[in-house]
Amino acid sequence: MNKFNLTNINFGRAIIYFILFLFAFIYLAPLYVMFTTSLKDIEEIRSGNLMALPLDPTLYAWKKAWATACTGSECKGLAPYFWNSVRIVFPAVIISTILGAFNGYALAKWKFKGSEFLFGALLFGCFIPFQVILLPMAKLLGSLGLANTVTGLVLVHVIYGIAFTTLFFRNYYVGIPTELVKAAKLDGASFLKIFRHIFIPLSTPIFVVTIIWQFTQIWNDFLFGVVYSGSGTQPITVALNNLVNTSVGGKEYNVDMAAAIIAALPTLVVYVIAGKYFVRGLTAGAVKG
Amino acid sequence: MLNFLEKNLPKIVLAPTAVAMVVCMYGFIVWTGLLSLTKSRMMPQWDFVGLDQYSRLFSNPRWDVAVDNLFVFLILFIVIALVLGLLLAIFLDQKIRVEGAIRTIYLYPMAISFIVTGTAWKWILNPGLGIEKLMNDWGFAGFEFRWLVEQDMAIYCIVIAAIWQSSGFVMALFLAGLRGVDENLTKAAKMDGASTVRLYWHIILPLMRPVFFSAIVILTHIAIKSFDLVQALTGGGPGYASDLPANFMYTYTFNRSQIGIGAASAMIMLFGVLAVLIPYLYSELREKE
Repeated sequence: MNKFNLTNINFGRAIIYFILFLFAFIYLAPLYVMFTTSLKDIEEIRSGNLMALPLDPTLYAWKKAWATACTGSECKGLAPYFWNSVRIVFPAVIISTILGAFNGYALAKWKFKGSEFLFGALLFGCFIPFQVILLPMAKLLGSLGLANTVTGLVLVHVIYGIAFTTLFFRNYYVGIPTELVKAAKLDGASFLKIFRHIFIPLSTPIFVVTIIWQFTQIWNDFLFGVVYSGSGTQPITVALNNLVNTSVGGKEYNVDMAAAIIAALPTLVVYVIAGKYFVRGLTAGAVKG
Repeated sequence: MLNFLEKNLPKIVLAPTAVAMVVCMYGFIVWTGLLSLTKSRMMPQWDFVGLDQYSRLFSNPRWDVAVDNLFVFLILFIVIALVLGLLLAIFLDQKIRVEGAIRTIYLYPMAISFIVTGTAWKWILNPGLGIEKLMNDWGFAGFEFRWLVEQDMAIYCIVIAAIWQSSGFVMALFLAGLRGVDENLTKAAKMDGASTVRLYWHIILPLMRPVFFSAIVILTHIAIKSFDLVQALTGGGPGYASDLPANFMYTYTFNRSQIGIGAASAMIMLFGVLAVLIPYLYSELREKE
């Protein structure tokens, strides 16, 4: 009887392991397909199938995707757009994170009349569908002379990123004892001094979470990129989409896949290196407020 | 003077954010709302025509298709992602040996942009060389899979890709929830002779209510913003068969110079989000009290 039970339990666990591994395979399959396809030449793609390993791996597709593939009328590969994304992402992440830290600190520990209301109103910004601000923002950028510029895109990402960064920092700082602030105030320390000497040293984890979140969001953005960039300032997501939809002389799936991996690589690397913080950001962004 | 500065520093710090918020969120929403009441086409103009644009919107067959698609997409995407995420989380919570690695694999698609996801699945699902050929090569002669180019089925391709991307995230939310369940509770239930299924169905699932709630809100949010995925995977096609409201809004505003209708569709999207959001925030606030 006992023995029967034991095998029963083992059988159940075997099924659980089987299902878990099956799904691991399903989640990994697209990445595998992208990678192997990117190493095949077009002949092999035609004759083989999705799961087949490349018989004669070649870097042709990678070189072409990076340097010479056509994205619309230009044929310079993804490289210039990769650097556009870098030039957009870095300032936007840094500015929105710093603003979020100051805002979160003020909202959490220096409450004034209306500060809770301000926070609630800001929170709402995490949820609005951006379609509703697309057109007026385009007008504003136009009148500032920032239409189709990298600076304009940085500005847009900062403005619509602040809601999230403020939320992250505010929720983190709420957990730091207010007594610390009160004691420091009694000693005559100022708003900025308390921030610098008490809060900043405690903030490394939330800085990491916020920076990773913002980096992923902005690198992966397509909507703002496609609406507010012009030829020459497009971010990589827009260029990738153009590359896939430009078919000069036949469809080259291997080049498409190499390009897709290039576009995904920076955020994937961040995820692999700092996955723990990535998940924390996701769940913090999830359990808003 | 210095004293005044010091005293009001928290407000001064928050001022730029408050201004940006009032102008670029609420101001722009009002602007778009007003624009939707005018007969603007190419350029914004302020000839008010009441709800004309809305009645034109609602009698537009393309908008009908987009809204129907959104409902199909929303329901399938949310239900399947929830069930899948919950099951995987429960299985992963059974003291699995390689949990860390499996979790990392389930969640990595969340780090990738929808444009990359769309590009990858466009290749995997393509009728000639994709999954159809794979199945044929594996011995299922005559296996057909042409959803990507079929009017009625293209939207389901978007569902598949979106679930692949987001279900790991739902899993992570539920796993965090399951880890929060008091162990004594499950022990007590087991002592009382409750079977594992009964334990989960009657005791643990009801405890997951808040997780269900926030997962639904986030998935709704992702679904309503799935502009990029449609753009990369089907381009809204064949024809406009797989358009979502976000794609409709983009096409009418930026490609067709019908910004009045575009603004009306954006406002409807905002109302849709509010219809989900307000009950959510309401119940959140009530719980806190």
